[in-house]
This record gives sequence, structure tokens and C-alpha cells, in this order.
Amino acid sequence: MSARDNILRRLRAAPQGPLPSPPDVRGVQAALAADRPASTRAERIALFCEKMAFWRGEVVRVTSSDWPQKLRELCIAKGVRSLLYGEQGAHAAMLRTAGIVGLKPYRRPVEEWKAELFGDTDAGFTATRGAIAETGTLIVWPDADEPRLLSLVPPIHFALLDAGRIHDTLSQAIDEQDWRSQMPTNALLISGPSKTADIQVTLAYGAHGPKELVILLLVNEEELP
Amino acid sequence: MHETGARRYPEKPARVYLFGTCLIDMFCPRAGMDALNLLEREGIEVHFPADQTCCGQPAHSSGFPEQARAVALAQFALFPEPWPIVVPSGSCAGTMRHHYPSLFEDDPRLQAQARALAERVYELSEFLTEVVKIRLTDRGAPLRVALHTSCAARREMGTHRHGRALLEQLPGVDLAVHGHESECCGFGGTFSLKHPAISSAMAGDKVDALKETGAETFISADCGCLLNLNHTLQKRGEILQGQHLASFLWQRTNGEERQ
Amino acid sequence: MSAPALHELQFVPASEFKRRSATAVDDAHLRQSFRGAMDFLIGKRAAQFPDPAALERQRALAEQIRQYSLARLPDLLEQLERTLTDNGVNVHWAENAEDANRIIIDIAQRHATRLMVKGKSMVSEEVELNHALAAVGIEALESDMGEYIVQLDGEKPSHIIMPAIHKTKQQIARLFADKVPGVAYTESVDELIGIGRAVLREKFMSAEIGLSGVNFAVAETGTLCLVENEGNGRMCTTVPDVHIAITGIEKVVEKLEHVPPLFGLLTRSATGQAITTYFNLITGPRRPGEKDGPREMHLVLVDNGRTQAYRDQQLRSTLQCIRCGACMNHCPVYTRIGGHAYGTTYPGPIGEIVSPHMLGLNATHVLPTASTLCGACGEVCPVKIPIPELLVRLRVEGQHDAHPGRPPLRGQGAAKSALVDAVWAGWAALYTRPALYRAFGWLATRFRALTPSQQAGWTFSRTPMKPAARTLHEMMAARRRR
Repeated sequence: MSARDNILRRLRAAPQGPLPSPPDVRGVQAALAADRPASTRAERIALFCEKMAFWRGEVVRVTSSDWPQKLRELCIAKGVRSLLYGEQGAHAAMLRTAGIVGLKPYRRPVEEWKAELFGDTDAGFTATRGAIAETGTLIVWPDADEPRLLSLVPPIHFALLDAGRIHDTLSQAIDEQDWRSQMPTNALLISGPSKTADIQVTLAYGAHGPKELVILLLVNEEELP
Repeated sequence: MHETGARRYPEKPARVYLFGTCLIDMFCPRAGMDALNLLEREGIEVHFPADQTCCGQPAHSSGFPEQARAVALAQFALFPEPWPIVVPSGSCAGTMRHHYPSLFEDDPRLQAQARALAERVYELSEFLTEVVKIRLTDRGAPLRVALHTSCAARREMGTHRHGRALLEQLPGVDLAVHGHESECCGFGGTFSLKHPAISSAMAGDKVDALKETGAETFISADCGCLLNLNHTLQKRGEILQGQHLASFLWQRTNGEERQ
Repeated sequence: MSAPALHELQFVPASEFKRRSATAVDDAHLRQSFRGAMDFLIGKRAAQFPDPAALERQRALAEQIRQYSLARLPDLLEQLERTLTDNGVNVHWAENAEDANRIIIDIAQRHATRLMVKGKSMVSEEVELNHALAAVGIEALESDMGEYIVQLDGEKPSHIIMPAIHKTKQQIARLFADKVPGVAYTESVDELIGIGRAVLREKFMSAEIGLSGVNFAVAETGTLCLVENEGNGRMCTTVPDVHIAITGIEKVVEKLEHVPPLFGLLTRSATGQAITTYFNLITGPRRPGEKDGPREMHLVLVDNGRTQAYRDQQLRSTLQCIRCGACMNHCPVYTRIGGHAYGTTYPGPIGEIVSPHMLGLNATHVLPTASTLCGACGEVCPVKIPIPELLVRLRVEGQHDAHPGRPPLRGQGAAKSALVDAVWAGWAALYTRPALYRAFGWLATRFRALTPSQQAGWTFSRTPMKPAARTLHEMMAARRRR
């Protein structure tokens, strides 16, 4: 008998009480939220910004026309000499119009340029699949064009977020975006820059991943500060 | 641990049983007498079955359920009338109310008896507050006191609020809150004998926290915690000593001097 | 207190536990670090749950998800195996620590591995993977900052969430200056973390294999979920060519929708965070066209005593655990003695109830006694494990042979002692005979002057207990006569 068979046999031999009814996750969550009115776009934006600020994420409001310029200004202000991005992405063409110095595409498999990625890349730019207001969280689904390490290795992560894609909760995001039928190889929730409190419960940022997370929040003109 | 919020309380009865507990019997009998005094002053007839011994908790928590069952069973027949059973200890009350039914889960007949008995068990401060709805008149001098609630009283019986509510009825009593108030004093029955170093560290921290309040005395509704803390304080040569809630309430409201 | 060296662990004779805990409580420094850190975590958790009624509903839901998942465990494991296999992940099963280590070593040797970087994985600690890898010449490097620090000092974690909680920044500063080449002494936490970051980034680049634990495994999608703040877990699961995940068989849930309620309670209960920096959902290795991520992925499902807990309806609730560590943060015993005194991978209340299944009661029967049954653990447990009841149950199993009709637990009855049996038999004989009991009380009160001045553990730090002048029984009897 294999280990697999032995383990499954032992589990199946265990006495079973009546099968508990399947958990009613949506029902309980609806009940917990029952005393709250449905959120508005403005409330979701406000809550997301508040929570993301708590995680030390920097939120910059931009519009669909000015974000590349805003990103260029941020890169200059932060002394970014090289910005890694995915060249096939929906925003790539726009990004290239801004004249950002040191713009470089993530074009080759990581094995071919690991040292450069780790040692000589100041910032990475990714799109996002949305966000979660309740916790101040970005949803990022890396893919062939915007690989996993784009949001992890460079010390600064710039993320473009459409304010219309902020969900109230993780459960709602999973439902509304129908995750279960299309899980990517890697899905990420990101709430602020990398951090640790492992030394005397003192918070320090930039443990292994980005030291800074900057969210370019795509809003309408009237939602600009 | 257990749902405590939902308990429905009966009207004030004419008679009750008092279950004195083994620790009070041997080490703090005054607390048992003062519990009786308080109840009688409220016009309640108190019956103390002479054959009572112990709820069985020491064996139960030490991993000897057979012995716990035998001792628990010896108490079953002592409370034949449907009167409430008042216990001046959160820990023993917790055992009778919450652990008796599971102790007899292999025997439906005994379990039914255990459940019926458990239903009638009240911790003293809970009974005075919720059933008797006692109104206390303070006759004592101004005094700063701290309150230590046993873990069973707090987490099994939910009676920490009752001890506090009773003390708050006394205008002369300045009730101090101590650091880590909800934390265990380190008694734990046989734990104090089995792991003396850890138990002592916990008791030491608790008496430090009590002392820090500047209280002149502290109150607990559990004799086990009191023995643990008082003997720790004595060993340290401290004058601070705790007393049982029943005794404190009786002295404060009956104009007796503190012993 | 000096932490036990590696491999002194995993066996906990009562005398050793008592020696280590006695040393720990006398270490003012350690007492202060743990008290401070636990108070901090307790406060942060409490702030996350302002509404007790809402918390109760969330706990009830989490408990139900865990119980439902456990009730269907064999089916869900098979479903998980199918979906992971479809996603291109190799699934392995390990009955015990040796199995798990052999599987991982085989994979490592196939890839001529010299260095394995590890994200935080308590199961890998449980099976002593690092030791097994070292024996075949493979370096295993911990990359969680806390784990890196304790490994650098030749220690084991003292807390499942905060592995280096027992160390001060001065100790870590000294450690880095001594052990990391080219590093000057600094007490700046930012600089210390910067040093760890620089060292470990080099290692992420050169390691052939990355190893991680798993917080939740989702059967319907074949997804492994990892919870972390630092990003080292993402590094380990993304940069090296091979990713091996290792987990206990109990971590599986049926549906993706079951994850958010557990995840939300996990981070809030553990560190008082509404969410961690990263939640990493991995559903397979690098696909064609993707430019990073491991080319090969493995999941090792570990039993190691879990099926023993599973076969008993009451003990099964042990497996509801989501490893948040709230029980240890709130445990007055853990707070006094720290994690190393327990001698096991999992310290504190959860360790007391899970270690006997992994290591046998013969090795661990003292652990369930290291509790006052104060109930703080059960009160905060996000999945409502009745920890105090399980502690009592394991005390029973340690002191007795198996109940007729029940298979014995490993090491069943190891704490049995004729003397202790006789004490409790005598106790029951006395307390079931009221006349004898009253006579005993009469004698004890009359001869109270003869009370011994040394009373076992009691007088360690207390004056002797002395019976009152008269028992309550006598006072009541006298009153009746009046």
C-alpha cells in the first residue's frame, strides 16, 4: 500500500457523524453587512485610500489622459533610473508616450537576466485587476506580459488601478470577477509595501519585496483632489 | 467557552441549597457562613446538605474521570427538592453546571440527572444579582479594593460582571482595576503542585498587579484563587490579603469589623 | 535562558519541561520580552474585533467551514490531488516525517540542488527537514526574517508567527555582526532588515529550489494560498526553478469562497492585521509563454499523526486549527515560559494538543498538564477549538489505557503511575463517604498545628496551607443545634 492509500484508508475508516451542512458564506456575510447600506463608488474610493494609506501605500489620483505624465513626474521625483513594464499590456502604448527615462520591457525569461532584474531595476509598473476597499488591497494577476516578479523585485512598485474596479470585500471580488472558473497560475493580493515586524515587533518596510508601493488611481476629472 | 448570556433566571425562591465546596469547607469556612448569612438576610431559607463533599473537579481536571464521576454522583442525591443550588465558587459552579453533563455522557440516565442538576446551579454573586436582585447598604468606611475573578467564573459562568456589580453597590468602596485583570492567577488546582515554577510566576505577577492598584484588600469569589494569592503574599511578607466576596459583602453591609 | 539546540527537541520528558520552564520564568529579560510582545499582539487583535456579536458570527462560520472540510477530508484531498495534477503540480503523500523528507530530498537530488530557500513553513520544522537536507549536503536557508535570525543563531522558532520574538534587537545586532560577513554592528531595525534583505536576495537568485508552506489548499481550483508580509514567500515560490510546497493534510477547503472568512480571521487573530501585505494564490507552475515562476511544482501532503487525531470525533477538532497563534499570545503559561521551553515545533496551547499526535503521548504527556485550564485559548480561537476540553482529554489518555473499543493513541497511558492512581483512588474513597470525609475534616482541623511546613510544589513560593479551626460542616452543624 502506498502512503496515499494508507492515509486515505485511515481517514475513511474514521467514524463520521452526520455531514455538517455546507457553510453559507454569502448568507453570513450578507447578515454581517445587513446594517450597512450598499456602498457608493465615492465611499469605496475613500475607504480604499484610507486603508491603503494605513499600509503605507501611496495613492496618487490620475486621469486616463494624464497618468503617464504623472508617472513620469513620480519617477523623476523618486530618482527612478529604470522602470520595468510589460510591453504588450493594455497600457503599454500609453506608457511609452510619456518619455519616461529608463523604460525597459520585461521581455525575456527571468533566468536570462536575473542579476539585472535584482541588481539594476529601480521600479516596476503593473496594471491591476481591481482592488478591495475593506482592507486597502490591490488585486494583481500576473501573466505572460506582466510577470510575477514585476511587482516583487524592483524596490518601487507602481500600480495602475481603475477606481471603478474597487470591490467592497475579497469575497465580493472573487464572486464578481468569477475567479473560480479562470484562476491564473498566480493571483496576488497586495496591501502596501513589503514589511516585517520580526525584530522586537518593530515595523520595518522593504523586507524582501518593494520598499514603496505607489498606486495610480484612475478617477474621473471631478474626483481629482 | 460556554454561552453565558442566554441564561434565564427564575423568581427569587423561598429556599435554596448551599453547596459549600471542599476548599471552603476546610480552608475558608467563614466564606460559607457569610454566604448563608447574606441569603438568610434576604429571607431565603438555606439548606446545607450535611453529606456534601466536593464537586469532583480536582479529579476531572487531572485526567481521572472515573473518580470525578464517583464523587459527583455522591452529590446527586443531596438535592432532592427543585430548589436552586447556590455555590460560593465560580470554579465549582462551573464544573457542576458545565462539566457534569459531559462527565456522564456514556450513561443517558445519569446524564439526564446531571443536566437537571446543572440547570439549578448558580454561582453566589450571580444568584445574588440576577435572582435575589439584592440591594446592599454599605456600612463600612471608605476602602479601595481590587477584584480578582477566577477563570471559571469569568469564562464558564460569565459572573465577573456580577462580582463587579455587587461591589459597585457599595458607595464606600473604591473599586480599582488591576493590570491584566482577566488573566489567570496561576492556581489551576493540581497545576500549582505540578508546575510550581510557572504557577508561582503567574501568582507573583498577579499579586504585583493587585498591589500596584494601592488597594487595601482584594476580593475574589473563589477560594482557590484566594489561597494561592494570600499564601503567596504571606510568603513575601506583604500585609495585603484578599477575602472572599461573601465575607466582604457581609461585613460591609452588616457593620462588622474586618477580620 | 539559552534556547535548546536543534535536535534536543521533539522529546519532552516531564523533567526536561519542568527544568526548562523553571529556567525561563527566572529569566527576567525573557519574561519581559514575551510579556511585552504578547500584550502588543493581544491589543492589536482586540482592536480588530470591536463588535463581540459580529466576531461570534465570524467564528461560528469559520468553525463550520473547518468542520465541513474535515468531515469531507478524504474526498477533498482526492479532489485537490486531481485539480493540482491537472494544473501541472506533482502531488506527493507522506505518512510521517521520514517520508516527507525522503520525497523532498529525492526532488532536490534530481535537480542537483545545493541550496534550497525556504519560506515560512511550520510543517517543514515539524518534520525537521533542514536537518535531513544537511545530512545529504543540501543547504536549507530560512528566508522569513525571523526564521533567518533564529537559524543563524542555531535555534528554533519560539513562536509560530513571530519566530524570533525571544530575541532583542541588541542580540540580533550582535548576531549579524558576528555571523554575516562584512557587517558592522548596528541596532537600527531598518538597517538590520536591510542586511537580511541583501543577504537573502543573493540566495533567492542562486537557489535551485524554493520551499513554502501552505495556509489553505483549495480543492475545487487546485490552488495553494500563502499568507505573508515580507515577500519572501513570493520569492521562494517564484524565483527558483522548482517550488515545493509542504502542508498538513488538514489544510484543504472545498471552495474558493471558503477562503476569505478563514483568511480574515487568521490575520486578525494572529497579528491584529486586517490583511497581510501579500496573499499569494498559486494555481500551477509557469505556463508556456510566461517569463517567471517555477517550471516545476510539487505539493507534499503530510499526515504525521494527523489521522490519529482525525479518527476520534473529539480530538478531530484539533485539526480545525489555522495556525494563527492567538492561543499562545493569550496563554498565561506561554507568556511566562516562551516557546522554547515546550521543546516542540508547536508551542503553547495548540502545541499541547497537537504534539501528542505527532510525537506520541510517551514523549509529550507533560504538555497537556502545562495549563491552568483558564480558558483564554479557547476564548480567542478563531475556529472555536475547545482547547481546554482537549487538554483534559489528553490528560485522561496519558493516565489511562485506551477506553475499551477505542484504538490506543500513540504512547497511550505513558503517564500512568501506581502512586498517582492510588492517590486518586484514595481521594475518591474519601469524598464518596460523607461520614469518613467529615471525620477527616474534624481531624485535619484539630491537628492543624501539625500541618507540614513543606507542601510539595505549593510552598515553593507560598506559606503552607493550614486548615481552619473548624470546618464549614461543623459550623453548619453547630448552627443547626442552636
